[in-house]
Amino acid sequence: MELNTYQQQAFNYQRPNIEKFGKKNIAWSIIFLICIMIGLYALYLQIAKGHGITGMRDNVVWGLFIVNFIFFIGLSYAGAIIGGVLHLLKLPWGKPIVRLAQMMTLISVIVGPIFILLCVGRFDRLHHLFIYPRIQSPMTWDVMAVVTFFAGSILFLYMALIKDLAVYRDAKMNIPKWKQKLYKILAIGYRGAASQKRHLIISQNLLAIIMIPLSIIVASILSWIFGMTLRPGWHSTIFGPYFVLGALYSGCGVLIVAMWVYRKMYKLQDYFTNKHFSYLGYCMMVLGAGYGYFTFSEYFTGWFGSAKWDSEVINKLFSFNEYGGWTLFANLAGIVIPILIVAIPATRKPNWISLSAFVMVIALWVKRYLIIVPTLETPALPMQDTRMEFVKYSATWPEWALTIAGIASFLLFFTLMSKFVTVVPVSGLEEVNFPHEPHHHHTAETNKDENKTA
Amino acid sequence: MKEQQNTQDNGRRGFIKNVAIATVATAACGSLSCSCNSKKATVTEKVKLLSPDGEIVEIDSAYLNHHENMAVLSQHEQRVGIAGKKFVMVVDLARCKNARKCITACQKHHYRPEDKEWLTVKLMKDSDKAAPYWFPKQCFHCDNPPCVKVCPVDATFKRQDGLVLIDNDRCIGCKFCMAACPYSTRVFNWDEPEIPLDIKNLDYNAETGVPAKVGTVEKCDFCPDRAREGLLPPCVESCPNGVFYFGDENEDTVTNGEETLSFTQLIKDRAGYRFLEELGTKPRVYYLPPKERQFPVERGYENLPDDIKARFKDIMEAEKK
Repeated sequence: MELNTYQQQAFNYQRPNIEKFGKKNIAWSIIFLICIMIGLYALYLQIAKGHGITGMRDNVVWGLFIVNFIFFIGLSYAGAIIGGVLHLLKLPWGKPIVRLAQMMTLISVIVGPIFILLCVGRFDRLHHLFIYPRIQSPMTWDVMAVVTFFAGSILFLYMALIKDLAVYRDAKMNIPKWKQKLYKILAIGYRGAASQKRHLIISQNLLAIIMIPLSIIVASILSWIFGMTLRPGWHSTIFGPYFVLGALYSGCGVLIVAMWVYRKMYKLQDYFTNKHFSYLGYCMMVLGAGYGYFTFSEYFTGWFGSAKWDSEVINKLFSFNEYGGWTLFANLAGIVIPILIVAIPATRKPNWISLSAFVMVIALWVKRYLIIVPTLETPALPMQDTRMEFVKYSATWPEWALTIAGIASFLLFFTLMSKFVTVVPVSGLEEVNFPHEPHHHHTAETNKDENKTA
Repeated sequence: MKEQQNTQDNGRRGFIKNVAIATVATAACGSLSCSCNSKKATVTEKVKLLSPDGEIVEIDSAYLNHHENMAVLSQHEQRVGIAGKKFVMVVDLARCKNARKCITACQKHHYRPEDKEWLTVKLMKDSDKAAPYWFPKQCFHCDNPPCVKVCPVDATFKRQDGLVLIDNDRCIGCKFCMAACPYSTRVFNWDEPEIPLDIKNLDYNAETGVPAKVGTVEKCDFCPDRAREGLLPPCVESCPNGVFYFGDENEDTVTNGEETLSFTQLIKDRAGYRFLEELGTKPRVYYLPPKERQFPVERGYENLPDDIKARFKDIMEAEKK
């Protein structure tokens, strides 16, 4: 594979990350592994003893697990949309971050569905979903959606990787034989011939065009698991787009945080520049405004109308004896603060944007909790149960352990992947000279590109 | 070495023998609709039974499952339902005093522990000024059942006789039906259920909901096993006040065991209604408003055990002031 000087430079710069694992990486990988082991023990208990060890009961039938499912699967839908859009728009500045978006897609589509499986009482009967499928059920739609999306996102990531895999294969890196061999197999003989290039670009374009609407559809289907029921706070026409936007928004946040972490870890400031943070920050701001608008519409109509059942949920969300504090946090940290941080020039800096993105991501997780639990705690008939755990949901340690294990495996996958591929893709990378930024190099070619995009 | 083999062999043989006995016992009890009404076999004795192969076998009576209805139904029969029937229930709220006999009878009939109520009695108070009333609630067996709509594996299904039942051999335990049911009807086996020995080896029957299985959903089934024998569901039978009228919409008759009435006439005369009609689920349970009540509401509260009393405390204490 031929690389130009800039690309070669980018590769040489990142090469040590693939060749060496690094002490720090080993250290936190071990921490992640320990978290995962504890989670696996909790999983063993849940399988051996039944779901009774979780905080879920007959009223609140779903808890942390489904919250995590929505959260992670949302990230993967967002990654696919962001990756697809960046691919199709062919923005030179977008090239360094495409891989991060795609890594997020793949990793969260692996981690996410594990959590929906944890909600299932009978692991031993999962095959029933395929041998007795019932097409009326939104759950069946979701199974089809996730499986399709899983296949699509693997292909999408793989297609985008092929050129780089060929680079790694040809680079004669100081790596173990198996790794070298793996690159060779995965690069499927890509040499950069004209016909290969053409086929690859057509496939990638097609996949990008498919993945964007597919992500929107599957995110909506996810929302319909809730929207199709007759429950207050769920049975809402806004739910499809609300979930799509929520997914995109939180995905944008995770992307910013990932960029910040890798920039620090692998010193990638030449590729993840301040401008990247500003641009993604703008995206975050716009998405946040849209998300805020949806949230406002949802609460306002629920509150203004006086339907008894709807009001009960709204009252719980806004009463400080119930979920008021969390609602305040979710909306301040999840909507208001990120918008302000990006809007004010003084705080439109990588650290500030990343910090607000990080808090926003947590706030959006809380928001998912607020979508699920208060509604389930509000059945139409009075509960009149003296068993407190049946009336109010409170997550137990196995649920938290599995949640932490999920986050740990998410991070572990990211660490491992960054040891297998370069975080910044090298082939096709273009040098971008941002306006008002001191540039390191100035070539005729990049100037031309910039004029094109301007 | 040889000894070891022997014990192994014995173990296997013993196992096969046990399985054989259990199978014969189940099948035999089904084919000879045995008139053993005593639920607990206290004395062990040998019983001669005809096996499905036409052989007479002698079996320890402890292995027999003394169950009133053991008619072995095929999966298909369980899913299709009883031909020509359209079960319906009418609950007379004016007669209920929360005697809770229905709950006990239901739990006993379905071998459910005390805290797992398929049938519950709620204390309803519709608004600030409204008078509270007792509200027994089974499964509504909706004609447009939200639970059936969302089941991804067809484990819960609607039958031609109107019943919504569950196949707990099929259920994957996703609980979507529980989230979808607006009436909190369904209960989940969060832990391994305690099942009495006499029903442990039974094949699951959707018409009885027995035996329960961990990680699956269950609920009130309107006891079609009893209907097949021409009997009323235990809740109907056990109610001292005749609150429940059970019957067939096709025949237009409902009975509470004491009086048999025309279903349409009863609904017409007493202004029968369905709970949360606006949800469009079309329940098969009708309620008669608590007009001209037979008991003051306190009668169902005062003599309750403390833990159950606590359920209704908020409403009842507010009522006293």
